[in-house]
Amino acid sequence: MNPILECKSLTKKYGNTGALSNIDLTIQRGRIVGLLGPNGSGKSTLIKLANGLLTPTGGEILINGSYPGIETKKIVSYLPERTYLNDWMSVKEVIDFFKDFYSNFKPDKAYEMLERLAINPNDKLKTLSKGTKEKVQLILVMSREADLYLLDEPIGGVDPAARDYILNTIINNYNEKAAVVISTHLIADIESVLDDVVFLANGKVALTESVDEIREKQGKSIDGLFREVFKC
Amino acid sequence: MGWKFKADRPIYTQLVEQIELRIVSGMYSPGSKLPSVRDLAAEASVNPNTMQKALAELEQNGLLYAQRTSGRYITEDEKMILKVKDTIALEEIKSFLQKMSELGFNSQDTIYLIESVAKEMTK
Repeated sequence: MNPILECKSLTKKYGNTGALSNIDLTIQRGRIVGLLGPNGSGKSTLIKLANGLLTPTGGEILINGSYPGIETKKIVSYLPERTYLNDWMSVKEVIDFFKDFYSNFKPDKAYEMLERLAINPNDKLKTLSKGTKEKVQLILVMSREADLYLLDEPIGGVDPAARDYILNTIINNYNEKAAVVISTHLIADIESVLDDVVFLANGKVALTESVDEIREKQGKSIDGLFREVFKC
Repeated sequence: MGWKFKADRPIYTQLVEQIELRIVSGMYSPGSKLPSVRDLAAEASVNPNTMQKALAELEQNGLLYAQRTSGRYITEDEKMILKVKDTIALEEIKSFLQKMSELGFNSQDTIYLIESVAKEMTK
């Protein structure tokens, strides 16, 4: 079976500035992977390339063996760093919208999670706080039965209790066929949920290894290692 | 007993120890069914693959056994559970004595102190 995500000498430049240079990376199904790196290291660029929102300057990126396009979008569930939902819609309307868009979207799952987080489906998005809006968006993304979840900073704006619930949602949704890629700065909060980590630095892969191997070899947490490697 | 993880060691070895502790303390009783990997992973907020690895190790050393279709069970071998309990106790004592010696107490002094504190606590 093809790896769910594969980068071969992937390069992306914005004008003369290099965002990613010569990345080789493989992500297998059934893994939960942390994409970690300081600001400007290329995390979001990589995720956008995987979604076909950007095109590579060089090399290639493959989703389940295909270039990003209509077919891969069916199996990729993407949480962007910024919200793109229409403010005037109610939560329920957005759910209907997703149902129309994605055949693998499960409205029941979404309503169940909304209830757990005490979010009223009839509320309009513009009346929701920033954190609640982020929760709604993550619920939408996790309610799809996708093969690859790409979550760009999913827990940055929500309170610690909701953060725990979201991480539990990711664990509960786990299945061997799907991979989850989470980009974040909040490493300590998520590291026990991760199988592997990918450290990006200046557009290159600085390290890719399993969490427990790092802890075993280095005798420190991923958070501790990150602070050491990227010390300012 | 909550799940807690220290930063300096692999998560799966800590899971193994904490599940052992739950077995020897009787929280998971001999012969009873263990919750599913997914439920345990969610409860401990850890990756399901990591939990799987920990359970596989406990299976290997005999504290758990798998029944093909119905999941994992705690061993019924109470002797084995007692043995694990002793091992854990011995290790706790060793590490305590080590700390006391770093503080400058020899074994004799430490035992004397333990006795007097124990007396105090039973009063």
